[in-house]
Amino acid sequence: MKILVGIKRVVDYNVRVRVLPDGSGVDTDGVKMSVNPFDEIALEEALRIREAGNADEVIVVSAGGDECQQQLRTGLAMGADRAIQIQTSESLQPLSVARAFLKIIEQEDPALVILGKQAIDDDNSQTAQMLAALWDRPQATFASKMVLNGTTAAVTREVDAGLETIEVDLPAVISVDLRMNEPRFVKLPDIMKAKRKPLDVVPLEELGVAIEGNIGVTNYAPPPQREKGIMVEDAAQLVQELKNRGLI
Amino acid sequence: MSKILIIAEHDGSSLNNSTAKCVSCAQAIGGEIDIVVFGNGVDAIAAEAAKLDSVSKVLAVNAEHLAAPLAANWAAEALTLAANYSHVLGPSTTFGRDLMPRIAALAGVNQVSDIMAVNSPTSFKRPVYAGNAIVDVDVAGGAKVIATVRNASWKAAAEAGSASVEQAAASNSAASHTRYVGLESEGGERPDLQSANRVVSGGRALGSEESFELIYKLADKIGAGVGASRAAVDAAYCPNDMQVGQTGKIISPDLYMAFGISGAIQHVTGIKDAGTIVAVNKDSEAPIFEIADIGLVGDLFTVIPELENLLG
Repeated sequence: MKILVGIKRVVDYNVRVRVLPDGSGVDTDGVKMSVNPFDEIALEEALRIREAGNADEVIVVSAGGDECQQQLRTGLAMGADRAIQIQTSESLQPLSVARAFLKIIEQEDPALVILGKQAIDDDNSQTAQMLAALWDRPQATFASKMVLNGTTAAVTREVDAGLETIEVDLPAVISVDLRMNEPRFVKLPDIMKAKRKPLDVVPLEELGVAIEGNIGVTNYAPPPQREKGIMVEDAAQLVQELKNRGLI
Repeated sequence: MSKILIIAEHDGSSLNNSTAKCVSCAQAIGGEIDIVVFGNGVDAIAAEAAKLDSVSKVLAVNAEHLAAPLAANWAAEALTLAANYSHVLGPSTTFGRDLMPRIAALAGVNQVSDIMAVNSPTSFKRPVYAGNAIVDVDVAGGAKVIATVRNASWKAAAEAGSASVEQAAASNSAASHTRYVGLESEGGERPDLQSANRVVSGGRALGSEESFELIYKLADKIGAGVGASRAAVDAAYCPNDMQVGQTGKIISPDLYMAFGISGAIQHVTGIKDAGTIVAVNKDSEAPIFEIADIGLVGDLFTVIPELENLLG
């Protein structure tokens, strides 16, 4: 069986994001870009399934400009077999990404699609659920554990109340949470090997996906700052301060 | 005028207070507000929802296949109802974030995530980049607004209303491809982390699961919920559902006390809306002090027992 893994190019986890003075966006000039950390976890899970002999091929797919080939190459270096870039200069919102991924699914017929539970740039947490809806297949979001059992998967989900388990028929869309696994580090020889792995470029228009109904995103502003606090010397002062403020 | 449908979150026995927060957001949008309670045997929960201020009508939809909140089943029902509404809202909890995008995709619209403020019935403020930027999002062209409401930004609506409760039948059959197995809950007697007025939280500096007991003891002393940083959760000092931050829970208690938490940006994003933030850390350079209202440089292993004594 094939596994499809979605990858998004995002501002690196460790970068302190700054809003541009004109409010048009955030400063990405010279900023380190990486694979969305949740997508790395998704890919790691797919690779482990293949290494356990339960899948034949892992395909990474990303929608974006040619710069996202860098992140696809990282995916190939981690161990994916091949990559597909859905090429577009537009910044796609989750519904359009889901529609484009569905077209790839129709071509590739994967039994599993694994995505990160959210991208750390727009923090939307929507694409997996939308894809499952359009595909009319099960979704198992925020997964921390997945056990494949032939044509079904038992998935443990991290929900607010604890750990929920659901069983889904394959094919299905899984979105992974932090504790699914720890992604492997990429070694130099793998980076060299990745350069020779296939990376197909498919223009978005060729897939026949129209970008429509976008939500306007404007007026980027820094978050309101909290007022400067005070320092206390010891526990007694802390308790006094809390009492003064009527908090205990 | 807007017609707003809120999808109630509940655990099968009582209404989650995220629903009352959605009602507050709906009040800010303005218009007629209805709530739908999906489930099986939810009449008492529907009665709870009917008490929320400015709600016109509560729909109770009881069906066996709606007993567990499986997105595939609930989204199909919600889509059928959505035809009569301009807005469909759900909470930005794991429940709502699972369900609402599925409804939006079926309705063929993009979804608005994490509404923190309302500019107009079709324009909202929301955080991106872990709360490092706030943006305006505008739903254009008269499209249906399907959105999640950021819990920490809204107060729960008061319970002074008396809406009518109507029964409705499920319009769709069960999706056979998804089956609910069960929920393993760590929850005990302590206040729920997401709705607690006070939260005591521990980080990597606790050093072990045994030491984390200090946090539980202090929390119990002041009737607080318990939270943790990702580092503490990853080190297995405490269960996953205690994680506070960008990828855990976003909370807004009146009092948040952080012990041995350095204050990574991903953690801070989960507590920015707290009333008062107290930080205790050995490292005077820890970033948590930048956002703390009251800071104390000290060793939590001596400070916590002292606090317990002082709080008698």
